[in-house]
Amino acid sequence: MRATGAAVEGAAGSRRAEGAAALAIAQARRWYWQRISAMVLAICVLAHLAVILYAVRGGLSAAEILGRTRGNWAFAAFYTVFVVASAVHVPVGIANIAREWAGVGERAGVWLGRAVALLVLAMGLRAVVAVVA
Amino acid sequence: MKAIAGAIRRSDARAHRHASWWAFALHRGSGLALAVFLPLHFWALGQALHGDAALDGFLRFADRPLFKLAEWGLVVLLALHMAGGVRLLLIEFGPWSGLRKDWIAGAAGVAVLAGVAFALALVA
Amino acid sequence: MADALTVRVWRGKREGGFSRYQVPRLASQTVLDVVTHIQRHLEPSLSYRFACRVGMCGSCAMTVNGVARWTCRTHVAKVVGSNGELEIAPLANLPVIKDLATDMREFFDKWARGKGRFHGSRTRHDAFATVQPTSPERVAADAGIECIGCGVCYASCDVVAWRPEFLGPAALNRSWTLVNDVRDVQQSERLRAVAGDAGCHACHTQGSCTERCPKQIAPTLGIAGLKRRVARAAVRGELKP
Repeated sequence: MRATGAAVEGAAGSRRAEGAAALAIAQARRWYWQRISAMVLAICVLAHLAVILYAVRGGLSAAEILGRTRGNWAFAAFYTVFVVASAVHVPVGIANIAREWAGVGERAGVWLGRAVALLVLAMGLRAVVAVVA
Repeated sequence: MKAIAGAIRRSDARAHRHASWWAFALHRGSGLALAVFLPLHFWALGQALHGDAALDGFLRFADRPLFKLAEWGLVVLLALHMAGGVRLLLIEFGPWSGLRKDWIAGAAGVAVLAGVAFALALVA
Repeated sequence: MADALTVRVWRGKREGGFSRYQVPRLASQTVLDVVTHIQRHLEPSLSYRFACRVGMCGSCAMTVNGVARWTCRTHVAKVVGSNGELEIAPLANLPVIKDLATDMREFFDKWARGKGRFHGSRTRHDAFATVQPTSPERVAADAGIECIGCGVCYASCDVVAWRPEFLGPAALNRSWTLVNDVRDVQQSERLRAVAGDAGCHACHTQGSCTERCPKQIAPTLGIAGLKRRVARAAVRGELKP
């Protein structure tokens, strides 16, 4: 009887440990993917700042912008990378702010992050298609 | 524990008077502003799906001082967030060199540089 | 130099407020001297903690003019306002027992939750473990072992205020020293304990802990190290029980 009790407790204990491990692994992944996306974005942002400084000279016009982007596959590739990296990077910070300053709970925070990721990805890729296609 | 102990006091602004805290506040603030701006930016560009005229319509609408000021602000915040982020990457992955306050100053410098460059490009 | 200090001291239990006292100003006076004067001559019912009064034990940590410090090591001359004003309150982020004394149980419980306790595998019958003092792990551990649990870092950290379950800089620093202890055999369990939103991943590198630590320990460094170690273990499948 005591042996079974100990076995049950042992099983519950190892389930807890497995649960803790799964959470730790998920959190570690969120952390390093956010850092990897940050490194990618650092490069993308530098390039984008250069593009901005070039593009705003003499004012912005659709003809000028689209003249550069339409059919430009290098542009499309670069900005797709930019969008995907943003979709990875932005949600973590937003979820943190929501959890720490807006009282959002843990599970809700995870879902908020996913929603933000989807929003950025969908709207970003739409924007890339809009100016390249 | 709750029965015997009283309220928990929180730090106020006086505890935040150090460079590294300001770096955090600006990093978070700039990140939030950029995150709010991003869908708007994507929406504006997405206007091209409705034809060149649709995008042009938006650009002409945005061709006013308040918008240009906002754009300038966003460029500055973008540069600030990026430079501050590089500082964080150095702290987390690089050899330990304290809180890298030289990088805080550097990030501010990069932001100012970007702001000046953008303002010049606008009036060029 | 004014003759007297106007000192506002936090008084209360469940509810509280600041009481004002006039304290004679002396040369080389510390904030602990001020608190002691008030309790001995002006307000016998004032509750506060101190022990060594020479900057070794960390018991006298309080919030002075909004900043967590060791009161025995804080010269009045350094912190007094231009009109001779001083504000003394208990440490932030901890429940107040009475006046300037806080309940530190949660602070130390978090050390245990972060697995801040050594677990070895050798017995007295085994030979001593050999640890090179100059090895990178030992150097990293040595940089953090001087912590005496004063709570200044914990009181200075905003993430502790924003996330009640966050282990905090001291507990994470202690875990970091043990993560770098090559004799310890509970590393997998420890990394699991320090990962997540209650652990190292919630640190936003505000650096208040490193800025304020009276022993010049840098929990920011240790926490960054924990982030890297946890990531490495996660990738290598070493976090599984």
